[in-house]
Amino acid sequence: MSVTVRQVRTGLNGDEAVAYAVLHADVDVISAYPITPQTIIVERLSEFVYNGELDAEFIPVESEHSALSAALGASLAGARVFTATASQGLALMYEILYIVSSLRAPVVMALGNRAFSAPINIHCSHDDAYAARDAGWIQFFAETVQEAYDLTLIAFRVSEDERVLFPSIVNLDGFILTHSIEPLHVFSSKDDVSKFLPERDPVNAIDPDNPITYGPLALQNYYMEIKRQQAEALFNSKKIIDEVFDEYSEFSGRRYVPVKKLFVDDAETVFVLLGSTAGTMRHMVRKWRREGKKVGVVSLTLYRPFPEKEFVESVKDVENLVVMDRSFSYGSPGGQLYMDVSAALIRAGVSPRVLNVIYGLGGRDFTPDLAEKALEVATSTDVPLIWLGVRGD
Amino acid sequence: MIEVRWHGRGGQGVVTSSQLLSQAAIHEGKYAIHIPEFGPERRGAPVRSYTRIDDNEIEIRYGVLHPDIVVVIDPTLATYKDMILDGIKKDATIILNSPGGDVPEEYYNFNLYLVDAYRIALDTLGRAIYNTSMLGALVGATGIVSLESVLKVMEARFSGQVLHKNIEAVRRGAKEVKKVG
Repeated sequence: MSVTVRQVRTGLNGDEAVAYAVLHADVDVISAYPITPQTIIVERLSEFVYNGELDAEFIPVESEHSALSAALGASLAGARVFTATASQGLALMYEILYIVSSLRAPVVMALGNRAFSAPINIHCSHDDAYAARDAGWIQFFAETVQEAYDLTLIAFRVSEDERVLFPSIVNLDGFILTHSIEPLHVFSSKDDVSKFLPERDPVNAIDPDNPITYGPLALQNYYMEIKRQQAEALFNSKKIIDEVFDEYSEFSGRRYVPVKKLFVDDAETVFVLLGSTAGTMRHMVRKWRREGKKVGVVSLTLYRPFPEKEFVESVKDVENLVVMDRSFSYGSPGGQLYMDVSAALIRAGVSPRVLNVIYGLGGRDFTPDLAEKALEVATSTDVPLIWLGVRGD
Repeated sequence: MIEVRWHGRGGQGVVTSSQLLSQAAIHEGKYAIHIPEFGPERRGAPVRSYTRIDDNEIEIRYGVLHPDIVVVIDPTLATYKDMILDGIKKDATIILNSPGGDVPEEYYNFNLYLVDAYRIALDTLGRAIYNTSMLGALVGATGIVSLESVLKVMEARFSGQVLHKNIEAVRRGAKEVKKVG
């Protein structure tokens, strides 16, 4: 495959970019709850369906629990299915999250990352993404509006691959990406995109004429074997994700890798993070390099399955690791990414000094001053955990 | 990189102005980002929006801290000195919707432009919605994007009478804005 597909440069916000990707993916079914904390992704999609641009069933359900339940049924019937939600909406889907992944139903969900209540807050945290981290979904994190568009297309292709058959979440930071307009390139048409993402070819689709059973009872006798298979299958999907990243990179001319790195090779201190803050951090790292400070940054485009091998490889020689979490796991040693990273480091037998930085909760802006503060703490103290920029510290 | 901070009140189209500016810059092949207010969204409450424009890709995602240009859409906010001067660059440009033309002295330390967007809005739209006339004033005062680009992206967003009236508001804003300091 080579880059022969025409693309158009335009300006869209993250919500619109995802909606365009879903249009270009030519989905069959969109099932979504349309009210707060929903983003305008599904509002745009309902317009595409209404004006005939997209030939799909749009199911405006009465709750997020129903949204994902209907998406599951449609997926098992062989449809290409999309849903979107954020924060409390993801929480209300929780029961069904596990069922979708365990039944190996490809569904793509856009998650506009927003904080969980209380206090009430509609701005960016990664609480919702982390709430889904153990549920068996593939998870991607977009850094830009362009990536939100691209990763949505990639997610369909990965999820529907018969060697994968797991649902995917495309995370995009609430407001910072969902509501910000940026330039991006989008493909010209559904036909062009179909060269990368052909019509879904379902495996074992439910069919009234040939009944099969999904989700039967499995007790002490078989439940554990089934779950072990599920765990292995999700780990094994990593290889296919790599393949699809490579193929999409060639198709689009934009390079996708599970772990993005800048200046890590000779770095003494490396920041690790997810989502839109990576751009600000790269900007800071360039500034620090000009000042002679050996700092690098690693951001994960793929969060689940955790790209353990590439991650460890990229940080194995550093002295200081700064793990940035836009959430906190209450009662735990730290944030959720910190615990993933710590486990990976122990397994690899490497032991840098690790600082966990909790930042940006509820949309608090991550500014250069705060980045400087994090670097200072990481390189001059043995403090294991800080809440960055919090009053009273 | 040029950084713009927009001040106005919820419901006045502060976000729309910033969106149109970013899209006009993108239309010209530049890099631009529109970032909406990071605070509460309430009708009538002071809100802000940010636009960054550059020839190179923009990686940073935080709100504008040190604007090159401050545009104040709402005339009743024109005297909020602490808010308007907060963090602005030494050689910054301030553009005010100032029907009376009576503004705090400190503003004259900067490139100060005034326009009676209230009059333009009433003449063109028949109601006190100043955002498009202030967008026009920004273009007239600074030329950071061309008037043609703004009109082009407006055509994609509005239609019919709303488009025609707002185009008139932009044109008049661009023409009638005056440098006073």
